[in-house]
Amino acid sequence: MTETGTPGAAAGLDARLVVERGPFHLDVTLAAAPGDVVALLGPNGAGKTTALRALAGLVPLSAGHLRLDGAELDGTPPESRPVGVVFQDYLLFPHLSALDNVAFGPRCHGASRAAARAQAAVWLERLDLTAHASAKPRRLSGGQAQRVALARALATHPRLLLLDEPLAALDARTRLEVRAQLRHHLAEFEAVAVLVTHDPLDAMVLADRLVVVEDGRIVQEGTPAHIARHPRTDYIAHLVGLNLYRGEAEGHTVRVEGGAEVTTTEDLTGPVFVAFPPSAVTLHRDRPTGSSARNLWRCEVAGLETHGDQIRAALTGPLPLAADLTTIAAAELDLHPGATVWATVKATQTHAYPA
Amino acid sequence: MTLRSPGRADATDTLTGGPQRRRASGFGGSRRARGGAPLPLLVPALIGLAFLTLPLVALLIRAPWRSMPELLTSPEVWQALRLSLVCATAATAVSLVIGVPLAWLLARVEFPGRGLVRALVTLPLVLPPVVGGVALLMALGRNGVVGKWLDSWFGVTLPFTTTGVVIAEAFVAMPFLVISVEGTLRAADPRYEEAAATLGASRFTAFRRVTLPLIAPGVAAGAVLAWARALGEFGATITFAGNFPGRTQTMPLAVYLALQNDPESAIALSLVLLAVSVAVLAGLRDRWMSAS
Amino acid sequence: MTRSVRTRSRRSVQVAALGAAALLALSACSSSDDSSSAKSGASQSGSGTKVSGDITVFAAASLKESFTTLGKDFEKAHPGTKVTFSFGGSDSLAASITGGAPADVFASASPKTMKVVTDAKDNADAPATFVRNQLEIATLPGNPDKVASLKDLTGKDLKVVLCDKTVPCGAAAEKALTASKLKLTPVSYEEDVKSALNKVVLKEADAAVVYRTDVRAAGDKVEGVEFPESADAINAYPIALLKESKNTETAKAFIALVRSAEGQKVLTSAGFLQP
Repeated sequence: MTETGTPGAAAGLDARLVVERGPFHLDVTLAAAPGDVVALLGPNGAGKTTALRALAGLVPLSAGHLRLDGAELDGTPPESRPVGVVFQDYLLFPHLSALDNVAFGPRCHGASRAAARAQAAVWLERLDLTAHASAKPRRLSGGQAQRVALARALATHPRLLLLDEPLAALDARTRLEVRAQLRHHLAEFEAVAVLVTHDPLDAMVLADRLVVVEDGRIVQEGTPAHIARHPRTDYIAHLVGLNLYRGEAEGHTVRVEGGAEVTTTEDLTGPVFVAFPPSAVTLHRDRPTGSSARNLWRCEVAGLETHGDQIRAALTGPLPLAADLTTIAAAELDLHPGATVWATVKATQTHAYPA
Repeated sequence: MTLRSPGRADATDTLTGGPQRRRASGFGGSRRARGGAPLPLLVPALIGLAFLTLPLVALLIRAPWRSMPELLTSPEVWQALRLSLVCATAATAVSLVIGVPLAWLLARVEFPGRGLVRALVTLPLVLPPVVGGVALLMALGRNGVVGKWLDSWFGVTLPFTTTGVVIAEAFVAMPFLVISVEGTLRAADPRYEEAAATLGASRFTAFRRVTLPLIAPGVAAGAVLAWARALGEFGATITFAGNFPGRTQTMPLAVYLALQNDPESAIALSLVLLAVSVAVLAGLRDRWMSAS
Repeated sequence: MTRSVRTRSRRSVQVAALGAAALLALSACSSSDDSSSAKSGASQSGSGTKVSGDITVFAAASLKESFTTLGKDFEKAHPGTKVTFSFGGSDSLAASITGGAPADVFASASPKTMKVVTDAKDNADAPATFVRNQLEIATLPGNPDKVASLKDLTGKDLKVVLCDKTVPCGAAAEKALTASKLKLTPVSYEEDVKSALNKVVLKEADAAVVYRTDVRAAGDKVEGVEFPESADAINAYPIALLKESKNTETAKAFIALVRSAEGQKVLTSAGFLQP
């Protein structure tokens, strides 16, 4: 419904969010173009959710600005912002059916009851929820509720979609499935999406760009791959230390982009993600002979970074890798940029899931 | 929860194995929790029940059952009863219309002196009703602070009218509603209102379409309390609205005046009031309050 | 209003009525005051004829000012005595007495309420009329509506309050109205004489038919208008010693004071008429 603002104004999000609350001070700058999915990643209490609430207008800005498609939104009440929110525990209205929950937004935007319901029905169909249209929220499963919440937020055609810990309320099994669906829907979403999470996997799967927030400030931002390989703080190193690849699965083998193959314990077919932590990577000077590891690659050391008593090595080769090892191990291996090493990863330490 | 075949379940329900097995299953557990109230709770609970019901039982025992039919067919009684029901219901409606928003204000909007305002709202609870009636006269009476203007501008005088009865009853009954609704509002998650706002709902729309349905059980409970209080209201009513049959004489007033020289008929009248209110409250309870 | 009443359970025939009163929270409230008994301990064991100790007097609300004065006079004249009053509606007081309330003397505002007590045989001597009270019309200060008679109250524009027929002042007003063949529709039948008067004090009503003593007690907040028809409805106030009395000599002495010339002076100055 909201078209791009004044001619010449930048489309997308351009914000500097300053919120002061007693000793807590949030100051983050966010910019995103339409179609971008940005993840705010950080520990609990870092201010991610406050930033999200500020974007939604639920918390006033102490300073800064908030422009969406060229229009200044600071001072605009939440109900007048073209912003949709998927709350952490969804906050579906318990007294309304799934259909009426989704129709709530269109109704508030002036649609007649019948028109709003018709729109809502389309959204439910798009999210494969038609069978549950008349169900009350308490009868929906976690995954269904999440999709209803997404449909409800999208039904107002927001220019900015906010998702607060969209997967945190789900159990591990549902989470895999919903994560893949959500990724699909976010990829289709044509405006800016900002999601908040403390889970690096969610962030890396769902977002094009990560913004890591610690203590109210941005400590690093960039693509998931970049941040994973070049963490700037110990927190990020621990948090986003993850080797993540997209590929095509055929049984226990995943052929990732670039041609390398990764053997996994999961038996899958079709597009998948495969991930393992840097600590799962073991480095060897010479090609190991007695190792039971199914994944073996010859790599070259591209860079080394020290974090406490840990060293993270960035490796290039058939697939880009991050590996964690102790300083002693690094010295024994005589690691230096340009050195050639063999990397092994046990299949049991990898994790593959449908994309 | 695991399901057992009916045959197996029946088989375990024997004298020896029954109770223990049953306790292990989910159904049996809840049955036990319902039946086995601990003594330290059960004894005071029963004393409490006796304390509340004994006076009513005494009233029933001493009621002049023989003269009941005669009393119950007298038009004055029906007139007073009808007026009581109409006024209590109207007072409850007034309380709902202005009390629910007041409760919302107290629960959701922070403003300086909120604690004081909350104390003021509950004031009619501690004020002797007769004093409340006098206070209403001073405010809304013909010569009252506001009533003076009502009289000279609109020619409206409230004392000695049925409207006056409704006002007096609402004054005394509304705090029950406000307190009940405010408590429910505080317990309700305010983030639902935020969710509504992000969907484009104004604060009023959010209140009407989201908050109000969510707190409906609390509103119903508060309304029932207010209605019951209004139905039994005596002091403020007789002080503010006076006592005139058919216009301002509600059942409690009729009971009080009958008590002056005919205690028997006073008991009979109280029983009528009690019976009607119990019938209404029990009916409402089944309908509104058992859902949760 | 109540200074002190001690209650104790007794026969239970009338308890239902009392219970109903308590249930409706309308009865004259009672509280215990044990200081009186402690104070008088010294003279408690004197001979039967000696005037000493405590007595409790239940008296109609309209007697409050005069009886309080008389009580003080009595205590001054008989050191070692203490008179405790419970003022209230005569009917409530009668119900309390028949319900077992421990009182020595009952001074009622009407023979009818006294009859409740005598019917229950709770009196120890025959009731005697000690004063009479006459009805008067209480009007707003300055009598702006120029009310001069009961008939003037039947004018459509006046807001008149009467006492309910079930209380003495209402019964008396009805008697006067019937005797003068007048039909008066008030805006309210008040539950007692003080609330009727208060409606005029608060200017909510233009006139009320109340007792002369009440008009007198209200001072300049209302103006009293005597009316000829009131002669038909003069209310007699009976006083009686109660069977429950534990201190009959002192109680008798108090009744004697009320009926003496000295007592009558106090009562007439409050607006009462001699019997």
